[in-house]
Amino acid sequence: MSKTKSDGNNGKALFDAGVKEYSAEGRYYYDIGYKPTETQVLAAFRVTPQEGVSFEEAAAAVAAESSFSTWTTVWSDYLVDASRYSARTYEMKPVPGHPDQMMAYIAYPLDLFEEGSMGNLMSSLVGNVFGFKPLRALRLEDIYFPPALLSTFQGPPHGIQVERDRMDKYGRPLLGATMKPKLGLSAKNYGRVVYEALRGGLDFTKDDENITSQPFMRWRDRFEFVMEAVNQAEAETGERKGHYLNVTSGDMEEMYRRAELAKELGSRIIMVDYLIVGFTAFTSLSKWCRRNGMLLHAHRAMHSVIDRQPNHGVNWRVLAKMCRIVGADHLHNGTVVGKLEGDRASTIGINEMMRATNIAKVENCPGHHFDQPWLSMPGMLPVASGGIHVWHMPELVSIFGDDVILQFGGGTVGHPWGSAAGATANRVALEAVVQARNEGRNLLAEGTDILKSAAKHSGELRAAMETWKDITFNYESVDALEKPTA
Amino acid sequence: MKTETFSYLPTFTNEQIEKQVQYFLNNNWVIGIEYTPQPNPSLAFWDWWKLPLFNMRAVGEIMSEIEACKAANANCYVRITSYDNARQSQVMSFVVHRP
Repeated sequence: MSKTKSDGNNGKALFDAGVKEYSAEGRYYYDIGYKPTETQVLAAFRVTPQEGVSFEEAAAAVAAESSFSTWTTVWSDYLVDASRYSARTYEMKPVPGHPDQMMAYIAYPLDLFEEGSMGNLMSSLVGNVFGFKPLRALRLEDIYFPPALLSTFQGPPHGIQVERDRMDKYGRPLLGATMKPKLGLSAKNYGRVVYEALRGGLDFTKDDENITSQPFMRWRDRFEFVMEAVNQAEAETGERKGHYLNVTSGDMEEMYRRAELAKELGSRIIMVDYLIVGFTAFTSLSKWCRRNGMLLHAHRAMHSVIDRQPNHGVNWRVLAKMCRIVGADHLHNGTVVGKLEGDRASTIGINEMMRATNIAKVENCPGHHFDQPWLSMPGMLPVASGGIHVWHMPELVSIFGDDVILQFGGGTVGHPWGSAAGATANRVALEAVVQARNEGRNLLAEGTDILKSAAKHSGELRAAMETWKDITFNYESVDALEKPTA
Repeated sequence: MKTETFSYLPTFTNEQIEKQVQYFLNNNWVIGIEYTPQPNPSLAFWDWWKLPLFNMRAVGEIMSEIEACKAANANCYVRITSYDNARQSQVMSFVVHRP
């Protein structure tokens, strides 16, 4: 009979086994006053502990479970320098109006992460820890990427300035529209909808996020008819145009296949549902776009699943920042005035973060927790889309400035005279508003006058203003920034 | 046939052009003038009228150059552009004259 080699040590433990509090003395996870080093990744977590769990223990648990530790001590811990791999909670702040929550600031050593891999970073920061039982809820509110990590990522394939040069669009916001109905059009009819909108004066048209290659319209047919539409509209108007060809598909090889055909047909831009395909596939596609001189439009389908709950999940600003770092040239953000969720101050802050050169400061980015240096990484154009129409134009230009894409889907295709007229109405309104702004007029105070006088020489704009004169979307945002209590 | 920014509005009067030029100068942009007989979407580079007008910071001076360019190129489209050295790129372009 063989004897096992490890049959105990006469009953005595060979190491300090058992469950310890994460915040216990001698561990690193709760270390208020610790000064993060300049290479560390910083994260702001909104922590809501279960009843009976202290904030200290909950925050330490987040630091531990998102970095080095598991629930019990293990002998192999002793083979590693824990001080080098432990994340540290270095600051705790109360959340105004929410006594059951605290904001925990956690510093992560750079060594915990693989260079150039957003997937790896997410596996740590938003991995198992979000299901951890001592927490009632957990929300990642912001991440600071130190230059040492940021510079291992590509960023947007081209960025705002290069896009303006490639598209020949200067001194004004760009105009787009999503093609409607979302699903069911044949490829030729779909091409017709694109052609009408582009020839009317839009810069871009867009596939919907759930158009890929369904039985009613296979992708190759769509790509070919759409590019005929784009080329015809360019020849007719004399202006550069684009259509975001959605290459989102079931596997990466197929996405490349579709992207290659888009390039072969002369498309200037493709699009992808970046959260749906996942950060790894998105990274591959972004690099393909840089290699192939193709602009990349990122749609954020699925974001509300992740970011809408105020106490749990990942704040949209984090997903948007990750999108810039991995790299798209366009990213949907809120409209502030339209039909989709998005707190005003928060939306403006995220726009600023997406476009800032050099550094995005917290003071310019409401809701953010960290100044984010961008080094030389180009900015991306925010896309404002959803429930907007000509009456919103003065406010949109006033809020967003020039570096934005204003997408009027229903507001173009829903024009009583058809999409070409809808596109012209939007273009006239946009140019009149930009002209007025440059002349020093106050867009918010004089917006109605500016539109009305532009409509005198544009029947298209007059009809649009009549159609949408009473439409507003004024609901309270579910996920608003906290107002500090006095 | 359209020509990008402001081409969906009625042709600007001189007074309206002057207001735009003033805005560009207020932003510290350098203004340029370009012309071509036949624009098309693939034509990125129109002919330059002189160089960008680095030393001209008065609206009147710019307007005189526009007039001189128009007079010398009667059959051409004329546009004014702006460059922002902080953004290291062109930031504005609009056609001020059609033949």
